[in-house]
Amino acid sequence: MSAAPALTPVVLLTGFLGSGKTTLLARLLRDPALSDTAVLVNELGEIGLDHHLLERVDDEVVLLASGCLCCTIRGELAEAVRRLLSRRSRGEVAPFRRIVVESTGLADPLPVIATIAADPVLKHHVRMGAVIATVDAVNGRDQFARHPESVAQAAVADHLVLTKTDLASARETAAAIAALRALNPDAPLHRATDALDAPSLLGERTLLTGGFRCVPAPVGARPHGDAVASLSLVFDAVDWTVFGLWLSMLLHRHGGTILRVKGLLAVAGTDGPVAIHGVQHLVHVPQHLPAWPEGGDRRSRLVVITRGLAPHAIERSMTAFGLLPTAPAIAQGR
Amino acid sequence: MCALCGVLGGAEHWADAHARPGAFTRNTGPAERRRERARRVAEANRILAHVGLVLSDWRGTTFRLSTRTGKTELVGSLAHLWAAAERLTGRPLDPLDPVLLERMERPA
Repeated sequence: MSAAPALTPVVLLTGFLGSGKTTLLARLLRDPALSDTAVLVNELGEIGLDHHLLERVDDEVVLLASGCLCCTIRGELAEAVRRLLSRRSRGEVAPFRRIVVESTGLADPLPVIATIAADPVLKHHVRMGAVIATVDAVNGRDQFARHPESVAQAAVADHLVLTKTDLASARETAAAIAALRALNPDAPLHRATDALDAPSLLGERTLLTGGFRCVPAPVGARPHGDAVASLSLVFDAVDWTVFGLWLSMLLHRHGGTILRVKGLLAVAGTDGPVAIHGVQHLVHVPQHLPAWPEGGDRRSRLVVITRGLAPHAIERSMTAFGLLPTAPAIAQGR
Repeated sequence: MCALCGVLGGAEHWADAHARPGAFTRNTGPAERRRERARRVAEANRILAHVGLVLSDWRGTTFRLSTRTGKTELVGSLAHLWAAAERLTGRPLDPLDPVLLERMERPA
């Protein structure tokens, strides 16, 4: 077995109660290529996970009165990850190459992501891997309407896995897909009934590639009332300093209502695109991709998914800050 | 340390990421870092001027944010700039506020 990676990826498996997270995880872990995976779960459900690197994490969310994001630390999760890393370094457990965290169905995924990305110790040892969200084809739309956590789970996912399509009518499945696409227009959508590429799903967080496109939300897909909306913009090169000021100011004031920011930016004075990923108040370290695709579109693309915030207000703000031309950019959202 | 919450070694701000494989940052060396700090001060002041605040670099290690009457706070990074600006002005600072945006769009 090869040596552990310098920064061990932590994959987050999220999804609402009963959406099939544990079933999916058990299935993925049967792939021999993933035997070197450590698993952290909040609860041991009825479906037993027969895996040699399985630990339980108790919930402990510490939120100080200031509400500062960096204080929203899941103490038990951070401790469990540290303990795993420590045991690996002492040779007490098999040298796993990735950690999968299965969150509780009612959990907002942000505190888990924030813990991995911002914990002062963990950030030197682990990095955020892919976020996978399971969505029930039968009940998913209803859950989006009733439970804000399920909206956040689907919106932040790098991979969406639609479950129970065998129990849903074709109409229910189509409606669930439309609802998902309104929340998360571009993440790969898999059906649990299809063959799944386990190593790819439990791999690195999918970096946006030069081929990333703004996918408009389906027309009429408003399963959550008018609360959730997406904005997709295509525009020319941006001033990185101004963009940093604008986005940090926007997320400071409205981070709680911005479920996701995702984009590929042409940065003035820089070769190659810069990929941006943000979840509510948290923005991952921007990634500098080596090159634009040959002959491809070299303009910036930005997708913002909001809850209770009008997308046109964001576009207007970007224009006033000088990030968009006075004439409207190509706005594909709603 | 994050002054708000007391967590040692507060989170690295994404706009100030350390140079590492794959990361995009302007924090690649002393000269580039100084240049970016100067640009950030200038661009931040274009926004802050509309709410009566001035930002300046303080010894290349932190920023000084002041009101016109001299009330001042030191801020380490963008992570704390906007919260400090709100404390100094006593009101929310919203990049979607139409009044602020109209002011920003007026010719200088």
